[in-house]
Amino acid sequence: MKDSLVATTDSKANRLLQIEGLPILAVLLALVVAFMVAAPEVFLGYRIYMSFLATVPPLLVLAVALTLVIAAGEIDLSFPSVIALSGWVLAYCIHELGSPWLGLILALTSGALVGYVNGILIARVGIPSIIATLATQFLWGGLTTVFSQGLSYSLGDVDQLFLWRLLVGRIGPFPVQALWALAVAVALWLVLNRRRFGEHLLFIGDNAKVAEVVGVNVVREKIRMFVLMGVMAAFASVLLTLENKNFFNTQGGGYLLEVMAAVFIGGTSVFGGKASVAGSVVGSFLIGMVEAGLVATGLQGFWVRAVVGIVFLGAVVGHLVIEEPERGRALLRLIGAKVKLGRSTHT
Amino acid sequence: MTQPAQTIAAAQSWRHIVRLHQVDMTFGRVHALSHVNFEVGRNETVGLLGDNGAGKSTLIKIVSGVLRPTAGKIWVRDAPIDLDDYSVRMAHELRIETVHQGQSLGEKQPLWRNLFVGRQITGRFGFIDVKKEKEIAHQLLRQAIGFRGHGINADSTVRDLSGGERQGIAIARAMYFQADLIVLDEPTTALAVSEVRKVLAFVEGVKAAGHACIYIEHNLAHAHEVSDRLVILDRGKVVGEFAKGEITLTELTKRMIALHEGQPRGHD
Repeated sequence: MKDSLVATTDSKANRLLQIEGLPILAVLLALVVAFMVAAPEVFLGYRIYMSFLATVPPLLVLAVALTLVIAAGEIDLSFPSVIALSGWVLAYCIHELGSPWLGLILALTSGALVGYVNGILIARVGIPSIIATLATQFLWGGLTTVFSQGLSYSLGDVDQLFLWRLLVGRIGPFPVQALWALAVAVALWLVLNRRRFGEHLLFIGDNAKVAEVVGVNVVREKIRMFVLMGVMAAFASVLLTLENKNFFNTQGGGYLLEVMAAVFIGGTSVFGGKASVAGSVVGSFLIGMVEAGLVATGLQGFWVRAVVGIVFLGAVVGHLVIEEPERGRALLRLIGAKVKLGRSTHT
Repeated sequence: MTQPAQTIAAAQSWRHIVRLHQVDMTFGRVHALSHVNFEVGRNETVGLLGDNGAGKSTLIKIVSGVLRPTAGKIWVRDAPIDLDDYSVRMAHELRIETVHQGQSLGEKQPLWRNLFVGRQITGRFGFIDVKKEKEIAHQLLRQAIGFRGHGINADSTVRDLSGGERQGIAIARAMYFQADLIVLDEPTTALAVSEVRKVLAFVEGVKAAGHACIYIEHNLAHAHEVSDRLVILDRGKVVGEFAKGEITLTELTKRMIALHEGQPRGHD
């Protein structure tokens, strides 16, 4: 009787912790509250949040797409170059050809193509994804610089276009790209958790041999996955380029580590087979908010990376404790032992 | 040449679920199998014995569609198979399932996904019917496998299971999908004694439920106990075949030791 009572409360607490993205959402909310206390004049108004909703979407789209790649036990380092390449394609079509829709289509197509090449190199030729996509990152990034002759495009009057209003316009103060990012997140959550394709990715990441034995076409699914990643990176690039009303050939360079941090903060396993799209959404906001938040609270900008590091480490340890209680306990024992050691040396 | 569904429907009165005739398999200059004749009858449990490198793995890989033999013929349910078409997927469609030691389940995935992966139940728009999959998984865990009161449910991950229980899940999956032939590749290797008993019970359950089974085993006592027929392979050849009761465990053991020690190995 008593046992069962304990068991049920235990499982309730466990269930709460197991809800996708909830623990990290608590961290995000705590951070927001901390910012509210430290800089009430900024964080109690709505403007700062509208600003986040305008700037976080490209990061969010990338993080959510990369979540699927990491779920399958692979990595894609080439997406920063897709942001450059697709951005150039879009800017060129708008600026030189005057056809934004063609630009959108070609931008997404170029992303798909980069992804397809990655997929062939990795799944068919058998080059490890970290190597293949590192190489293609150089290739496409370099080619973008060649195509653009190192020039930037200023797209000052792009906000007159219907495409601009559709993708990054404002409803009152509300940035439309936040809705697109939400749509992408919901769609990719469904793909990962409710489609055969997503389940296949999870099994491939878990154990590729098992996936093959149960009849998953590993090569085909991996190629599809990298194409999806390429298209999503291109879409992120479109949002970024339109929002900035500007293209420059190194845009996207800063995204690589931020996106990976967002994914891992969100609880996706670096070993594959386990991934949280919701976690990556929250992780993206965490990463996207820390900088503006710290600056607003009066801390120097120098602190940003250090604070991200602390949040990152805390999140990773937290996920370990929740998801693998045994390793978590081992870690706590380690800390416990350290604490005792500290005391005993004092006495 | 054959639509699997038609083959199954057309051959209701087959004698052998699978039959291999004069099958050769060479890897470069190595003869893994030479002139092997091998068959498995309806609802028959065949124990496959042999030393490492005897060709057991090669044989079952041919049966399960992983490897294409260099020469020979294969019949499934007494109907000839076009070897150019034969693959893992085709074997699945012909309801031949293989449970590979330690390589049949996704460790981090919940049991319900493991039971249905590759054959998901999907709704109208191609979305996985999670509720239905979980319900069936739940029933399967209760009834077919008899997991009760372990705190194991459809949402448990494979990690939470013992080695024997994992084999049980993999075998239950094959039975649920109505496999006529279940190939068990060393299901008791690396298991604790109590776990081995569970797996042997599962193997006997396969027979009781009307399925045929190829059972690869290093432990002669286990193979002798559960098999209807024992087939001994040595260096790619069938060197012995015994129906249940034709050979005692002691004789079998002597024979295997003689094979192991008697002849010098590797002259090819």
